[in-house]
Amino acid sequence: MVYVKRIVLDVLKPHQPNALEFSRSIAEVGEDYHVRLIVSEMDENTETLLVEVKGSALDFNAILSAINELGGSLHSIDEVEVNSVPE
Amino acid sequence: MKLLEQTALLLRITRSHGIIRRYFVVNGFDGALTMLGLIVGFIFGDPANLPVIINACLGAAIALGVSGVSSAYVSETAERKHELAKLERAMVADLQDSTHGDAARWIPMLVALVNGSAPFIMSLLIISPLWLTDHGLSLPISPLYLSVVIALMLIFSLGVVLGRIADISYIRSGLQTVVVALVTVILIYLFVGG
Repeated sequence: MVYVKRIVLDVLKPHQPNALEFSRSIAEVGEDYHVRLIVSEMDENTETLLVEVKGSALDFNAILSAINELGGSLHSIDEVEVNSVPE
Repeated sequence: MKLLEQTALLLRITRSHGIIRRYFVVNGFDGALTMLGLIVGFIFGDPANLPVIINACLGAAIALGVSGVSSAYVSETAERKHELAKLERAMVADLQDSTHGDAARWIPMLVALVNGSAPFIMSLLIISPLWLTDHGLSLPISPLYLSVVIALMLIFSLGVVLGRIADISYIRSGLQTVVVALVTVILIYLFVGG
């Protein structure tokens, strides 16, 4: 069984909801998710984020739908860490 | 609880708290002043029985409520659609299924509800002494005068709210709105009672 342990995403989002609410919503997707968010660029209506999510078994699709629900859009998956565990 | 949290989120992302507060005060003031004008008109004019006065006031209250709901809904829907389209252009994405899309659909309804209910509730409070007397309750003073007192108190309260928002003396702000109401009463007296 392969588990995703860490991902770093490049995300574009509107200014609202703010970075704190945005990262909280992503963290709420799983029970042990740790989210680190860095605002790398900002313009009049949008901001570009680097979102690092860590957890024992990340659900990428659920994270993606949380991002989309808040108006964000995924530009790229910049880093991934996965673990293989014998069944 | 989930509904309240979601509503709070929609208000935050659209920054609509101020708009809703403004609509509540402005249209609440409209409702209170309209009822004050109607009742003072009845006091200064020819005597009419209570059911006639209640029906006239209730008719005006319903009209103010419907006008408030429809005007705010139309204008806020246009405004929210414009904001969403601007955001979609900036994001180069369809945001209809996002929280921003929800906000564009729900915030106009919420604003419309506040805008319509503010004058309607104010009006009902003001005409309540008339209604109570009509249903047999004995009041210490004439129901028309009690309605005027309630109207002035509500108008003062709205002034106090404005004062607190503007962070100025709320007593002064409340008195300013009462002065507006008294000027209205004097004008009605000049036109109707003179």
